[in-house]
Amino acid sequence: MARKRYTQAINEALFEEMERDPKVIVFGEDVELAIFGDTRGLLDRFGRNRIRNTPICEATLTGMAVGAAAAGYRVVLHMMFSNFLYTGFDAIANQMAKLRLMTGGQLELPITILSGYGGGRSNAAQHSDTPHPLLMNLGGVNVAVPATPADAKGLLKTAIRGRNPTFFMEASGRGGDSGEVPDGDYTVPFGKAAIAREGSDVTLIAIGTMLKPALGAAKQLEANGISAEVIDPRTLVPFDEDTILRSVRKTGRVVVVDEARDRCSAASHIAAILADKAFGSLKAPVKRVTVPDVAMPYAPNAEAKVFPSEANIVSAASAVAKAA
Amino acid sequence: MTTQPSGGPTPEQSLALYERMLLIRRTEEKLSADAAAGVLPGAVHLYIGQEAVATGVCMQLKDSDWITSTHRGHGHFLAKGGDVNAMMAEIWGKKTGICKGMGGSMHVADLSKGILGANGIVGGGLAISVGAAFGSKLSNDGRVTVCFFGDGAANQGVFMECLNVSSLWELPVVFVCEHNHFCEFTRAEQVTSGEIINRARAFGIHAVKVDGNDVEAVWRATAEAVALARSGKGPCFIEAETYRIKGHMEFEKELLAGGKYRELDEIEQWRARDPITRHGERLVKAGIATAAQLEEIGARVARQVEEAVAFSHRSEPADESLVFDLMFAGQKP
Ligand SMILES: Cc1ncc(C[n+]2csc(CCOP(=O)(O)OP(=O)(O)O)c2C)c(N)n1
Repeated sequence: MARKRYTQAINEALFEEMERDPKVIVFGEDVELAIFGDTRGLLDRFGRNRIRNTPICEATLTGMAVGAAAAGYRVVLHMMFSNFLYTGFDAIANQMAKLRLMTGGQLELPITILSGYGGGRSNAAQHSDTPHPLLMNLGGVNVAVPATPADAKGLLKTAIRGRNPTFFMEASGRGGDSGEVPDGDYTVPFGKAAIAREGSDVTLIAIGTMLKPALGAAKQLEANGISAEVIDPRTLVPFDEDTILRSVRKTGRVVVVDEARDRCSAASHIAAILADKAFGSLKAPVKRVTVPDVAMPYAPNAEAKVFPSEANIVSAASAVAKAA
Repeated sequence: MTTQPSGGPTPEQSLALYERMLLIRRTEEKLSADAAAGVLPGAVHLYIGQEAVATGVCMQLKDSDWITSTHRGHGHFLAKGGDVNAMMAEIWGKKTGICKGMGGSMHVADLSKGILGANGIVGGGLAISVGAAFGSKLSNDGRVTVCFFGDGAANQGVFMECLNVSSLWELPVVFVCEHNHFCEFTRAEQVTSGEIINRARAFGIHAVKVDGNDVEAVWRATAEAVALARSGKGPCFIEAETYRIKGHMEFEKELLAGGKYRELDEIEQWRARDPITRHGERLVKAGIATAAQLEEIGARVARQVEEAVAFSHRSEPADESLVFDLMFAGQKP
């Protein structure tokens, strides 16, 4: 174990996977110097046949990922800010997510798409989206939302070694956060949630960037005599229902925290699962702490107003804990 | 706009070009200093070194003409007559900002001046400009739309689609590609095949190349392009060669942690071709202004920038409730 930054953990996973398998290639806009730092140094080690800067042409990049994967490569495509997934969305939604079924299972698409998501830093509406709900709704792609450096490294390895397209959602604002990362080669399986903190009164399900404020909220709640269990799903597709259902059967009270806009968010999907499968265990309505259905404003005070905070989580959890 | 027989600007227009470029420069120098001091709320992409393009183009336009802009949009905004106080306040996230603090640096827009907005999406303005020009064509309103975009944006597929539609339908749009040699930290030649101007020519579009650091050359080329577009003969294309003196964005050094994509020498060579210094020297040489008169202009501009900053500082923060009021027209989110 050693303490590493989130970005560094991603960088290590890329180095190790490129070393391990010569079929792994990386491309995207500015991956050589790496605006987020995650692909830094790969060019010096592996050269332009393994990693290269592309023109700005997202619609082509996502299509190329499909073609290169069909041609036998394990593709890592960096899309920078996740708002730029939108400019590349055709091949994602119409090709990547559908071709396996449509070709009668002939195609295998080992594609990993990295992109940074989330707000909170006055980047304004076109650089602050959290679009995992769109991806979840496509059906044919995996969605990983690592919250810690250890999970970032382990989930990225699983994605790169996998047989299906995976969106690896980087918590943009958390790139500098550090945490313990195991030594040596390891993977983190998809579809296995982590219990980040055990508790008995209320379950906080926190997605990606929201893990940190949820853990902060759990501490505050403890001081108020409320014991919160914090669960990090780690992947949204596939989704670990069992871990969440087990926790909810114990606590009967749930808050889901998600940085996506509320409507059709991961949070609302999880709430639907709970209504369906844990109805008898629930002692209070399932609460969602999300971003309202607005574009992210620029001004720091306005952004703070709509951004899920520790205080929002504490108040939602307190309300749920008190409900008869 | 009246034109000298030579096709160049009148002395008054020449002075106006100088003052406008200087306003953009001094405004951004202040933003650069404030970014370095860590006091601005968000990131800024500066236009320093490219002022002649926006200024030479926009001073050929009427308020009613449209422009679309980019993430590097302060220069376009000010050149088209946007208010410096309102832009500065926007960047500071204030209620008095031109977008009420909701958009910030990358999204400054002023519809009353025909500024459809800066844009955080590279290539985002291209199709918007074609749509605006389509509207002008349908209503025969005599307006021209100018689309500013970078050499990087020229690699988006939508560029080719826009060239096709606008040429096919003879839309009154002028595409202005600012070739500043970089797409973020990648040299343009590493990601661009052939000449961008030939892409326009392939669609039968009248296309010219100009020295983007020579405001009069830009001014003249725009006069011709706008006249053609306005007369209903379809789109025009201008490729303006220039150079981005500052980083892709402020804080670039910290972001790249020692990574390098250009030599300091190159920046110095382009500084020697500074569009404002060059134009100032020309004014003095032509007897249009004395050095002392240029200094007066400089002092006036400096006061304007100081006032814009003071205005921003004394303005109230953005009104948070607007987030909900502004999302839709006449509807709650
Ligand atoms: C669709 C999209 N892709 C990528 C980016 C990230 N990005 C911002 S500016 C930029 C480079 C743009 O280069 P160019 O169009 O030449 O304009 P310049 O920055 O040189 O003014 C990139 C890749 C973005 N904002 N939008």
